[in-house]
Amino acid sequence: MSYIKPQFRHPRLQVNDLGLTHRDYEGALSTLCAGCGHDSITSAVAQACAELSLPPHRIAKLSGIGCSSKAPNYFLNNAHGFNTVHGRMPSVATGANMANRDLIYLGMSGDGDSASIGFGQFAHVVRRRLNMLYMVANNGVYGLTKGQLAATAEQGMKSKSGEVSLFTDIDLCVSALQFGATFVARSFSGDKSQLVPLIKAAISHKGFAFIDIISPCVTFNNNPESNRSYDYVHDHITTAAVADFVPVKQEIRCENGQSDSEDICLHDGSILRLSRIDADYDAHDRIKAMTKIEQFKSEGKILTGLMYIDPEADDYHEINNTSDTPLNSLKQKTLCPGNHVLQTINESFR
Amino acid sequence: MTLFQSINEFVVRFANTNGTGSASANNMFAKAIMRMGLPVSAKNIFPSNIQGMPTWFEVRISEKDFLGRRDGAPEVVVAMNAQTIADDIESVQPGGFLLYDSSRILPQRLMRKEVNFLGMPISDICRAEYSDPRQRQLFKNVIYVGALAALLGLDFKVLKELVSDQFKGKEKLIRPNIYALELGFEFANKQFTCPLPVCVERRDLIGERILVDGNTACALGAVYGGATVVGWYPITPSTSVIEKFASYCQRLRIDPASGQKNYAIVQAEDELAAIGIAMGGGWSGARVFTATSGPGISLMTEFLGLAYFAEIPLVLMNVQRAGPSTGMPTRTQQSDMLTCAYASHGDSKQILLIPSTPKECFEFSALAFDLADRLQTPIIVMTDLDMGMNFHLSEPFNWDDEHEYDLGKVLDSDELEQVVDFGRYLDVDGDGICYRTLPGTHPTKGAFFTRGTSHNEYAVYTEKGEDYIHNMERLERKFITALQYLPKPDININAKAKRVGLVFYGSTAEAMPEAVSLLSEQGVKANTLRIRSFPFSAQISSFIHEHEMVFIIEQNRDGQVRKLLCNEMEIDPASMFALLHYDGLAITAQFIVEAVQARLAEHTEQAAS
Repeated sequence: MSYIKPQFRHPRLQVNDLGLTHRDYEGALSTLCAGCGHDSITSAVAQACAELSLPPHRIAKLSGIGCSSKAPNYFLNNAHGFNTVHGRMPSVATGANMANRDLIYLGMSGDGDSASIGFGQFAHVVRRRLNMLYMVANNGVYGLTKGQLAATAEQGMKSKSGEVSLFTDIDLCVSALQFGATFVARSFSGDKSQLVPLIKAAISHKGFAFIDIISPCVTFNNNPESNRSYDYVHDHITTAAVADFVPVKQEIRCENGQSDSEDICLHDGSILRLSRIDADYDAHDRIKAMTKIEQFKSEGKILTGLMYIDPEADDYHEINNTSDTPLNSLKQKTLCPGNHVLQTINESFR
Repeated sequence: MTLFQSINEFVVRFANTNGTGSASANNMFAKAIMRMGLPVSAKNIFPSNIQGMPTWFEVRISEKDFLGRRDGAPEVVVAMNAQTIADDIESVQPGGFLLYDSSRILPQRLMRKEVNFLGMPISDICRAEYSDPRQRQLFKNVIYVGALAALLGLDFKVLKELVSDQFKGKEKLIRPNIYALELGFEFANKQFTCPLPVCVERRDLIGERILVDGNTACALGAVYGGATVVGWYPITPSTSVIEKFASYCQRLRIDPASGQKNYAIVQAEDELAAIGIAMGGGWSGARVFTATSGPGISLMTEFLGLAYFAEIPLVLMNVQRAGPSTGMPTRTQQSDMLTCAYASHGDSKQILLIPSTPKECFEFSALAFDLADRLQTPIIVMTDLDMGMNFHLSEPFNWDDEHEYDLGKVLDSDELEQVVDFGRYLDVDGDGICYRTLPGTHPTKGAFFTRGTSHNEYAVYTEKGEDYIHNMERLERKFITALQYLPKPDININAKAKRVGLVFYGSTAEAMPEAVSLLSEQGVKANTLRIRSFPFSAQISSFIHEHEMVFIIEQNRDGQVRKLLCNEMEIDPASMFALLHYDGLAITAQFIVEAVQARLAEHTEQAAS
């Protein structure tokens, strides 16, 4: 294995609207295990950002601690990144977003990070409706501490070392729905064709977007008894709604014969085209989405795709009526009321 | 009957019930004294409870300008709480006065011959005047202030003005409040010989000074320092820092054209998130802060370590209360000094600013934002409940309009263009402070990964020993650089012979002028040094070395700053005597004097034997 990424770029590498190639969206060389699902997520994020023609430096990538939280290192080299403390990425993302509402915020987290130590912060960043994409690379085990079961491991799941999960799992999609997320999806790191459009739609969504990404741990949780293994997920996956993302500048064509499809206009004018596998599925019904997830789980199946979207929801800044100019660029002249005002304030203390 | 006599030097203690609206009436009383040109301080001694528990409010009036809490019995007690009446009667100084509600007859056994009982059937008056129970409750407080005006010789015009000022914009409330004041005033004038031998006379001793609490001052400091992002979680006694900040922002930080807020205050889910929000904002280049108290500090230490190591600017205001654990939430102490100086695991250190007056609370809070940006590290403003929630006479606040915010070493896009070799942790100037970039600045230059794991000069993860040491030594160097920006100690040399040195900090300062004066009357001339920041200035160790007997005066059990002095300046512990007060109430001059005298006597004895 080489530890140095080659600098060579093929001259005919495809470029996007900004004249950037896919390579401009890559990050450092991964130090995750070979075959790690998280590396596929990394590549999907890079692809989504490249296809959306996002300037990489206008993205802030934040994470907590753990294998998943290392991942932001491996995409978008020209973006600022922040490995915070375990489970507390949501608060740091909140502060960063308060300071500069103009950037795109990508949060990357893991199951220990979000469902255990940081479950409280996860809940609150959802209800604060922070404008960000929050991804969980969910493998049901703690990788960096070598294989302990996570709170997202389903009851009865057996780890590589034979430990059985005794308790009810936390389903982060159900939680996100309950906490008020306005975009909730689940996907599989091994299915880029589903994941990339979801990431693109989630980034374009205004408000809090959540994607739970099942990402098998090749080292500690890919055993046949595990329902987070590649084989198990492949065999039990069902899609709620297939999302296709149409960027704002692209012409929208009506596809014949898809009566169960719906075009959702996102706030920037992009179109999210949903094709429902189940004709009854309604991606605007929060309660039904929760029910459907639970129903599938009881049948031993995994529901993926876009489960819920509210394209009209406001984000934190709109609710708070924060200045359009990012707070970090307000000048002293605007911020400091000056001595004459202070003297009138002094009067109120006399 | 003995009558205690004093003009302009006495203490009035109000005994009330929590949640009955007495605080604003008592404040009005204190403010009226100030408006008569007399130095005054007001301390609220309140329980960790919302309603129904005993609470006291102590106003000290001192023509000599000695405004620390005073030991000994108050000359005047206003006893409005049936629950504590026996103790309140017991607390009056012989020859002093007790104003009480005589609607119910006091049991004979409680009467004391040496106390002058001033009975006023205040509940009966309220019952006759007001039908609404809440009004009866609220106006009771205003009525006794009216009575005190007559008894203590307050200028009634001043009270009327105060009411008008207080209810500006709510004119409907002015008339009934003045009426209630008159009810009390007339009753007292009719029933008692007014004024009492303990009373006030107008003077002109206030000058420009204001009467304000430290939390309000810190909040204003944050407004003037340019804070825009706040993450917080309510905790006594720091809560009003944020509440005041919010109310000043409502007035001063809403864009008149768009109606949009030029600030974001996020009430977080806990203290971990509160400081996380501040950290994210600091990382992104906004001026950020959070405010908390002891238990919050415990929760925030993990993030403080990250901020220290990753070098993120943020301001933390710690209004200390009595610990450990939940401790005494509504009692004062200076017991987070060590925790804050060394907050977080590993070799980490934090910069502390330690104000002693509301004016310094304002100035240090504003300065903290400059320092955080300049030094790229958390700045902790250390106050306490006494400083933060009580009213202190202070020099007025001033802002130098010429002052420009020090935004520190931040490279913008144009500057990055000029930089050949950007490394987030490269010590280009040799002062330990490196250049940083903000997210979103430049398409190809200046991006880096912020992390709490060890990193080299280019912010890349490393476990190489030499890189780690290099980084840690630079951080140490940064702390030496910090010294030039921090407030220097305030040194007062009163005595030529350098025998006794008193070292103190924070709210203890209020008791010091009186302590020094009392000691001087007793033939002990003492020099003083007030610590204003950590890391410590070399002037502190010089002062300690130059004095024969040094007392480190603190409001905690363990002599935390004394330990810190030993640790950081390698001063011989035997050369510093710990003078400690930690019952939760503010230290008094009498306490300091007695402790100094006792130690001096012991010392003389030792020398003789």
